[in-house]
Amino acid sequence: MADKKKKNLPPDAQNYQKFQQQREVKRPLLKNCLKAFFIGGLICLIGQVITTFYIYFFHFTEQTAGNPTTATLIFITMLLTGFGIYDRFGQFAGAGTAVPVTGFGNAVIASAIEYRTEGFILGVGSNMLKLAGPVIVYGVFSAFVVALIKTILIKWGGL
Amino acid sequence: MLLGHRTWSFENKPVIISTGTVGGPFEANGNIANDFDILHEDMWVNQDSFEKSQQKMMEEAAQAAVKKSTIEKEQVDFFISGDLINQITPSSFAAKTIDVPYLGLFSACATSMESLGLAAFLINGDGANYVLSGASSHNAATEKQFRYPTEYGGQKPPTAQWTVTGAGCALLAKQGPGPVVTSATMGKVVDKGLTDPFNMGGAMAPAAVDTIETHFKERGVEPSYYDLIITGDLGHIGREVSLELLQKRGLDITSKQYVDCGLTIYREGQPVLAGASGAACSAIVTYGHFLNLMRKGEITRILVVATGSLHSQLSIQQGDPIPCIAHAVSIESGSDVS
Repeated sequence: MADKKKKNLPPDAQNYQKFQQQREVKRPLLKNCLKAFFIGGLICLIGQVITTFYIYFFHFTEQTAGNPTTATLIFITMLLTGFGIYDRFGQFAGAGTAVPVTGFGNAVIASAIEYRTEGFILGVGSNMLKLAGPVIVYGVFSAFVVALIKTILIKWGGL
Repeated sequence: MLLGHRTWSFENKPVIISTGTVGGPFEANGNIANDFDILHEDMWVNQDSFEKSQQKMMEEAAQAAVKKSTIEKEQVDFFISGDLINQITPSSFAAKTIDVPYLGLFSACATSMESLGLAAFLINGDGANYVLSGASSHNAATEKQFRYPTEYGGQKPPTAQWTVTGAGCALLAKQGPGPVVTSATMGKVVDKGLTDPFNMGGAMAPAAVDTIETHFKERGVEPSYYDLIITGDLGHIGREVSLELLQKRGLDITSKQYVDCGLTIYREGQPVLAGASGAACSAIVTYGHFLNLMRKGEITRILVVATGSLHSQLSIQQGDPIPCIAHAVSIESGSDVS
């Protein structure tokens, strides 16, 4: 669609866009990927340490340790977001801090803090999921589609 | 007097008799901290919302300008101002406190020079004796409205810019000591179909080129007439692109002569990516930094070209391109140069 739109532009606009794009500073893709890989991996490592901690000291099993681990990570994110550190971390790590559950937590918490000035109902309440809402909507929806496919395959596909 | 289609020359010589500049903590840490009248350590400025703190800074800038002059607030005929927040509430609410007749403007980050040009026009045409002209912006309030919550950890591309927290105000009069506003060229809305709100420098550059080119043609001066041609907030990318375009069109502008407020306000090493932006950016840097240089006699003639991108969050979400505008005002040193 973007290309189609571009074709409808007058030629001088197209020329300018080409000219501008050559001078635009590009995102350092490889560097960003590497940073995301290591920071994202580091967060997962911390998660693994917490899981092991819960299993050894609180007698959780590998299956049940997931929820308290997620909660702990989100709690840490909450503190880091509240103290204004997480966004700087995010600028450095990119997808590394956005993809793990901490990124989701940050999106909810940052919105909740930001809209506090508009009150608890219309501010925090209605804006808290402003950024995270789409993740929930499409997460639930894609889970539904996958479950549907699985059911069909098992029932009629003979799997 | 109208020159050509959209350039005014002010033969009655309206004077900027005083200025007021207010900045936030990030600006206090920047390159031109000494040029501010008031600096705040706290983003909130002791208010309970970012929008209110922007209003407060606008009030302080106006009060500082009046206080530094010899006149009383009651003598001010008009307050002309604007900002980036929905329905320009910080400006309008500040106007309530300042309590003088008010004209609200919106040209995004080009508002500062639109208001200075109109203020000079009013005074030049005998429509007013004293006019306050200002603009303000607030980093967190602007981020909240146009982008993401302040504490959200999304990664910004290297083309993104940092909105200035602050307010700048100039007090214009018919005569007195101070720099003289000599001409103004009002911009056209230029749209080259760019849609990336994280690259406003690139989107605004053609508007700046259009206004600068028209200014030289209609005012009939050469680029060497000005010591500095100061753009509002083009940042690294916009500055480079616009300078190259201007030189391509045969304007003899040197790289040294072509400076950007967005690249002046912060220090090297502050995490601002492509530079600063915001309605306050050009206002603060011009009224604070560059007019101080002019008072010291280091520069005598400047052309300030404030650039603004006229998008809203809604227009971006609906896939519209970003239309941009640039307004230019020339300021030349007056009788107070030491």
